[in-house]
Amino acid sequence: MSKTKTYEEINEKIRQGKAVVLTAEEVSEMARKLSPAEIVEKVDVVTTATFGAMCSSGAFINFGHATPPIRMEKIRLNGVPSYEGLAAVDSYIGATACDPDNPKYGGAHVIQDFVDGKNIELEAWGKGTDCYPRKHLKTVINKDSVNEIFLFNPRNAYQNYNVATNTTCEIKHTYMGTLLPRMKNANYSTSGELSPLLNDPEMRTIGLGTRIFLGGTEGFVVWPGTQFNTTKEKNEYGVPFSNSATLAVIGNLKEMTSEYLRAAYYEQYGTSLFVGIGIPIPLLDENMARCVSIRNEQIETTILDYGTEGTPVLGRTNYAELRSGTIKINGEKVRTAPVASLQKARVIADELKKWIQSGNFEITKPVIPFPKNTSLRSLKEIEGGES
Amino acid sequence: MTREIKKRYVLTFPPQSGDKPLSSQLVKEYDININILKAEVRPGKTGSLLLEMSGTAANIKKGIAFLEAHHVNCELLNKKIHFRQNECINCGNCTAVCFAEALTMDKKSWELKFKPEKCIVCELCVTACPMGLFQIDFHY
Repeated sequence: MSKTKTYEEINEKIRQGKAVVLTAEEVSEMARKLSPAEIVEKVDVVTTATFGAMCSSGAFINFGHATPPIRMEKIRLNGVPSYEGLAAVDSYIGATACDPDNPKYGGAHVIQDFVDGKNIELEAWGKGTDCYPRKHLKTVINKDSVNEIFLFNPRNAYQNYNVATNTTCEIKHTYMGTLLPRMKNANYSTSGELSPLLNDPEMRTIGLGTRIFLGGTEGFVVWPGTQFNTTKEKNEYGVPFSNSATLAVIGNLKEMTSEYLRAAYYEQYGTSLFVGIGIPIPLLDENMARCVSIRNEQIETTILDYGTEGTPVLGRTNYAELRSGTIKINGEKVRTAPVASLQKARVIADELKKWIQSGNFEITKPVIPFPKNTSLRSLKEIEGGES
Repeated sequence: MTREIKKRYVLTFPPQSGDKPLSSQLVKEYDININILKAEVRPGKTGSLLLEMSGTAANIKKGIAFLEAHHVNCELLNKKIHFRQNECINCGNCTAVCFAEALTMDKKSWELKFKPEKCIVCELCVTACPMGLFQIDFHY
């Protein structure tokens, strides 16, 4: 019977500064020589990470009350619309929000400006009520002046993602980057063997309450992310062939840094936010050791034609091939390029490793595991829906 | 034998020089091999040319002096490309569009490698970079 460890045993080692922590890339290399049973004997925690554009991101803010107070019913932050349908001075600024007249500066840029400690113009309007008589307010705020500002991202850290190419005769500007005509390039996104949910495909150790690295500080997994899908077809290593599970995450924006949270603008598409996420995976047993040993050539993904309606499937590839610089699609050699930063993901995995080694970051047993049999519904258009 | 060198210049022609065959003189008079990589002629206004010159350093210097005597502004290509590399996150979006291989990913560190001397001013990186870090001065 091979070794098993509990969360508490691993945390005791972390507190004593004795935990052996490796990054997922290091353990994948180790697995070329050692068996999962040997790895679980040697290693306690494996750090995983990703740094990519994650549109479903944003921040809750409480501005504090002015005198006289206002019930904010329309809110602009540096001209960018911020959600007004909460209590008087609560709001949510989404990464993709923008003023159509200034599309290159969006919610993601407002969030980065907050993180960088910059002053931000807040303008708000209300109808005026007995308890909130004010009708207009224009002032300057920053992360130190607001009561709370916390990142709350409904869908991050996708488990695997499609490769995007374009078979049409026209250039396509997408969130997967610029796709040149006639399959002149193919773009891919995840950090492969370093990616969090590819190292724990069944999500045994990642669930509600998992403590993570988020934007340079401690954050938490708070829910299955939106479009959480656990029923996609999987390969022999248990890894889905396309984008599947996701995470909803939360963390204090006041403690974050723009090293790990960066605003982006995609031509003709709009703004998005690069989010740095690191997740520790405890090696509880041989099975977890097997999961984190996965290598790029064992992680397969699906190639889609982003130029054609319905994004038809063109084939499959794996991350070793993608990183080689060329893949074959229908017998044709196509150049590949990443659109998420592996270099940054490595920095995050190393940083999280240091936090754990220093005894300051303990691992968390999920309060509840995430659901097992979820699939996606599409949006049906019902006849007579237009009026 | 004097060693040949290869350099890329952005030439900006004033309105009065736009119709003169100056580039051919570089070949005839100064023994410079030229390769036109990009040209933009705006009749009655200015013109821009991305020109690769191969020849001896001395001849290229003379050729540049000849062009400048005809009021053509000559600047090395890398002076025309502005890349705020310190803000780069190494995402790779620019490498997806750079077929000249001026922008490539290092396959070990996965950091961006930038070789401005290989640029052909297709300008696709300008819009492909999600951080907006590239600016190329070619159009006047």
